[in-house]
Order: sequence, then structure tokens, then C-alpha cells
Amino acid sequence: MMSMILAPFRLMGLLLGATVGNAPRHPWKTLGLASAVVCGLVVWGLMSTLQTLPVNSVQLGFRGTGVIEQYNVHKADQLLAANTPDAQYAPVAPAGKPASAVYKNIQVLKTVDANEFLRLMAAMAQWVQPQAGCAYCHAVVNMASDAVYTKEVARHMLLMTQYINENWRSHVGAAGVTCGTCHRGQGAPKYVWQFTPPPGGYHGYAETQSGEDAPSSAADESALPYDPYSPFLLNSAPIRVQGYTALPSGNRMSIEQTNWTYSLMMNFAHSLGVGCNYCHNSRAFSVWDQSTPNRVRAWYGIQMVRALNRNFMEPITNLFPRGQRGLSGDVAKISCETCHQKAYAPYYGAHVVAAYPELTHSTNGSPPATQTMAVPKGAPFVLPTMTKASSIQPIAGPKEASLSVPVSSGSVAQPVGATP
Amino acid sequence: MAMMNFEYKYRIRGGTLIGGDLFDFWFGPFYVGFFGVTTMFFTLIGTALIVYAAAIGPTWNLWQINIPPPDLKYGLGFAPMRSGGLWQWITFCALGAFVSWDLRMIEIARKLGMGLHTPIAFACAIAAYFSLEVIRPVLLGAWGNGFPYGIISHLDWVSNVGYQHLDFHYNPAHMIAVTFFFTTTFLLSMHGGVILSALNPGGDEPVKPSGYEDSFFRDLIVYSVGPLGIHRLGWFCAMNAGLWSAVCIVISGPFWTHGWPQWWGWWLNLPIWG
Repeated sequence: MMSMILAPFRLMGLLLGATVGNAPRHPWKTLGLASAVVCGLVVWGLMSTLQTLPVNSVQLGFRGTGVIEQYNVHKADQLLAANTPDAQYAPVAPAGKPASAVYKNIQVLKTVDANEFLRLMAAMAQWVQPQAGCAYCHAVVNMASDAVYTKEVARHMLLMTQYINENWRSHVGAAGVTCGTCHRGQGAPKYVWQFTPPPGGYHGYAETQSGEDAPSSAADESALPYDPYSPFLLNSAPIRVQGYTALPSGNRMSIEQTNWTYSLMMNFAHSLGVGCNYCHNSRAFSVWDQSTPNRVRAWYGIQMVRALNRNFMEPITNLFPRGQRGLSGDVAKISCETCHQKAYAPYYGAHVVAAYPELTHSTNGSPPATQTMAVPKGAPFVLPTMTKASSIQPIAGPKEASLSVPVSSGSVAQPVGATP
Repeated sequence: MAMMNFEYKYRIRGGTLIGGDLFDFWFGPFYVGFFGVTTMFFTLIGTALIVYAAAIGPTWNLWQINIPPPDLKYGLGFAPMRSGGLWQWITFCALGAFVSWDLRMIEIARKLGMGLHTPIAFACAIAAYFSLEVIRPVLLGAWGNGFPYGIISHLDWVSNVGYQHLDFHYNPAHMIAVTFFFTTTFLLSMHGGVILSALNPGGDEPVKPSGYEDSFFRDLIVYSVGPLGIHRLGWFCAMNAGLWSAVCIVISGPFWTHGWPQWWGWWLNLPIWG
């Protein structure tokens, strides 16, 4: 009994080279045992942080290239459960009259059938704020009133949803988006971004002005630049940094610019729950015909998010009370994760918009002109210094782009009962 | 160099693992042995399969010859020869040859009455290969997760598998493996340097005995691990380099499907940061 109690102390003593009591010195045996114990503890500690089998592998490129996506089945089950769309509201018989003829102060959903309008309102309450319901946006004593600021926000968000479904099929495909795609039952979508001050946790030799070298939650907790959003998803800083030749031949992109691009790419991968190989073959990141078709879709996604942040989110900054905005007074903005929420396609590609055809096109009785939407009144919003207002230019719509997109499920079917 | 000649000791019967006296003879200077025969068997067939696979491929460019594993859809089953079956049999032959050679090393070590340090060292390298081409594909459920045979193509595979995990340098076992690789290389360079200096002193100075080597490192870094110890230390670091590189690839995929940077969340979330 006593020897068992003393054994660890003897072991420590032997390790330190001392002779404890009458214990004989067995340097190799003792060292071997101590090493085995330490190794066992390290391995056990490591394993406790890891996942368990099984894994589903999906091949996205030629065999043997390693262009493979690995999905841990336990994690995938959790994500599938978390990314199940809300139940659809049952279809309603049309009233035969547009909403604008039945209700007052209709500005966006003018041409929608009055019954379908009520159905959409109920669905929106479910998507955006099921606890508060109608009262989240409406002054319940007078539903036509614009007293609650969220109502005007909702108008802009409806326009944005229609704009996405109508103009960005190159990215969203037949699945489309609804309010629920981002909101998931929360008044403020969970995964949004706002301007943040650079991390200040590094000192001495590690201190830089580059926004790097501290864990960046935007970049999968790596030490890459902390804010890949502002330059690439709001402004149009060049993402492509790779040279096209094996030897240097005029490409002046720096390591630091490359780090910003990598930060953005890490953010994409993290947002979609995939690795780089979901879109790229790393032997030549830049080459389109060695990439997977997903990369084309992602390219449209980048253009789309820029357009949404500039043309829909920033213009409504002043609709939000100060407390809803970021540290520098900026509006919450969109990134890939806002919709994707760690799924390679939001809701894993469920066709969420099919049941709500009024969300697939403009319904305010005027031709689609969302790019020229009026900026709400209020004090001019001053961008923080790192975002140069002058660099924000209207960007080309998807119809001007020359790339064709492989949409997995064919062309978008005309929704049943679409309002003419 | 007569003192280094073990020939008389080497050329003795016995010490075989299986087969008794079967093949226990020498072919010129080379010991044959049962496992020498199996080594030749697997080597010849495997090499012939490689040449055949290259011949039916699109190129004879040595850099671009590529013998890829099957598509994932074949799982752990047999694939048609031209669709990865060749890769499977080449892998089988390679392991047969490597393991045979290692067992032959054990037999020679037994003839010499020496320890099994060299066959264990080679077994470590085989284990790394076995992890890449067998253990990890089996854990992931498809031979298609193995790496292809080709000078450029296997490098492309390494690159892509690294990028499956966003930044492979955040893989903790990869960090340990790389550290051991650099350490063992550094030790070898320092040891080689001191031995060459001691054996080739300038001018007409005589060759230095090992006490000089100890003195040099005691002067330089206050410690000399000694002429025997440096070989133990180098062996230890080399073994760990191989073993941890096997660990780092086996956990990538089977036991971690996210980016490796994210794995460090446990560290970032420790309560000690306040």
C-alpha cells in the first residue's frame, strides 16, 4: 500500500536523477514508462478535442487529386437539423383583388393578391420574429401606420428579397431566398458583420498595422486579417492575387494582400462549412477550368453580396436606431454566412421561395428599379476611415456578366400562381 | 577500415524468422533469405504494374506520369484495373516489398547479433506510408482517399488535402511532426559537421578523437550528448517525425473535418483568458 502511494514520487525522483529510498535506478525502464505515460496523456488530450467517425466523403474532382469534401456525419446531422426550413403556410384561395385595393399604405406588395398578402404577412412574422408577431413591425392599433421603424426596414428587405430572386438566379438558383433564409426566426439575423476596430491583443514583435496576427473569428480563428468583409464584400478590392506564371513576371501583389484574400476565402469556407476544394483545385486556384462548378456560383455570390450591401443595406443605415448599429454607426451587413449558416447551400438547397411566388419579382407596380432606390432621409452616414466612400461604385448587374452558371436543378420554373 | 568489416560475422547461418535454412544463402555479396525472395517478387510485379499503368496513360513525361486511386464510388472494394485497380495492386505490391525488406533487415540484424534499431526505423517509414494509403482510406471508407503515384500528381494531392482543412499548418500533429523533421535534420547537420571537422582538421594536424567533439559542443552549447547519445537522439527525433506525420494525416478527415485553425477553439476558449 505504502509503495503504491510512494510510487509516483519515486518515479519523479528517478526522472530527476535522484535516488529515492532504496529504489534502484532503472534509467531506461523508468524513462520509457514516464514517456509512455506522458505520450498517453497527450494522445488522450488530443483525441478529446477531435471528432468521431464516421465521415462522408464527396468527390468533386478527378480521382486522386484530393478535390474531396469531408463531412463528419454527426456534425452533418446537427447542421441538417439546424438548417431545416420552416413549414410552409397552406396556399389560400385568391381574393381576386390586389392588396393595394384592400389595404391602406401598401408600397411594395401592391400587386399581390389580398389573400396571398395576408398569407405572406403571417409567414413573415414566422420568419422574422414569431414571438412579437405582427407587432414587431406594425403599430397594432393601426396596421397601416409607419410608426414602427421596422416596418420601413421590412419594405426595403422585401425589395431586396425580390431583387435577389429576380436578378441573382445565377447565385441562388431555383431555391431562392425568403426572409427566413437570413432571419431564422430572429429579428436581427444572427450572422451579420459590422465595422470593428482592429484587434489589440498583440504586442512587441507580433504587433503590426496589418490587422493580422491575432485570432480572427472572420477567418476561421486563424491569424489572418480580421476584417475581410469591408474591402471585398462592401468595396471591390481585387481578390485575385495569384500570378499566372511559374516565375515572377510582373505580378505585384504582396504577401499581405494575399493574406487578406486568404482571410476572405477562409471566411467563405467557414460560412459554408466546406474546405477550399469545394470550389478550387489548389494546384491552380485561379484557373477556372480546373476549378469545380461551385466556383462560378460563388463568383456570382460575391458580386451579389456587394450589390446587396451597397444598394440595400448601407442606404437604410439611418432607419435603424443607434443601438441597432455598429460601433461606428454602421448598419449590419451581409456576408456569405448570413444566408448559408454553415451549409453549402442555405437550407441545403431547399426550394424555399417556390411557395411564395410574390417574392420572386417586383410587386410595386413599377419596373424593377431597385438599384436606384431612394436613400432614406436623415443625417448623412459617414463611413469609417478604412472604407473609402469614393471607392463605392455601382457595380455591374449579373445580366452583364459573361460567365454562364451551371444551375444544378435546371432553369427556375415559373412559380405557380404568380401575380401577373 | 578492416575493423569495420563485419563480413565474417554476417556470413553465418541462422537468425531467420521463417523458413529455416530455405534461401539462407548469399548471392554474390547479397544475402537472399526468404524475405529477399518475397521482396524481389513484389518489387518486380509492382514495378511492372507501374510501367504498365504509365504505358496506358497519356504521357511518358516523367514528371507528369500519374497513377491515381479509384473514384470514391468504389469504396473499399476492387476497382477496374484502368480505373484505379492498378493503383490498388501497386499499393499492395509496394507494401509487400517494403514489409519484406524490413523483415529481411531483422534477419540480418539477428545474424549480426545487433539490436533492431534499423528495422524499427524503417518500419516507422512504412507505417507512415501505410497510414496514408491504407489506414486513412479505410477510416474514410474509400481507397479513393489515398494519394496518387506520380511526381507532380502526389504533390497536387498533398496540396489539396491540406486545403481541405483550410490551413494545414494549424494541425497540431503536423506542427509536432514538422518540428521533429527539422530537429532531426538539424541534429544530423551538426553531427555531420563535427565529425567531418574532427576527421579533416586543417594543415598537418592529426585526426581528432571523440573527446574533441564533446569539447566543441560543451564550449558551444554547454552540453554534449556524446557519441552514442547523438545517435539515440537522432533516432528518437526521426522516429517521432515519421510517427507524428502519420498521426497528422490520419486525424485529418477521419477525426477532424473542419479547418484546422478552428480546432484551436479549445485553446481560445480556455477559461484562463478571463
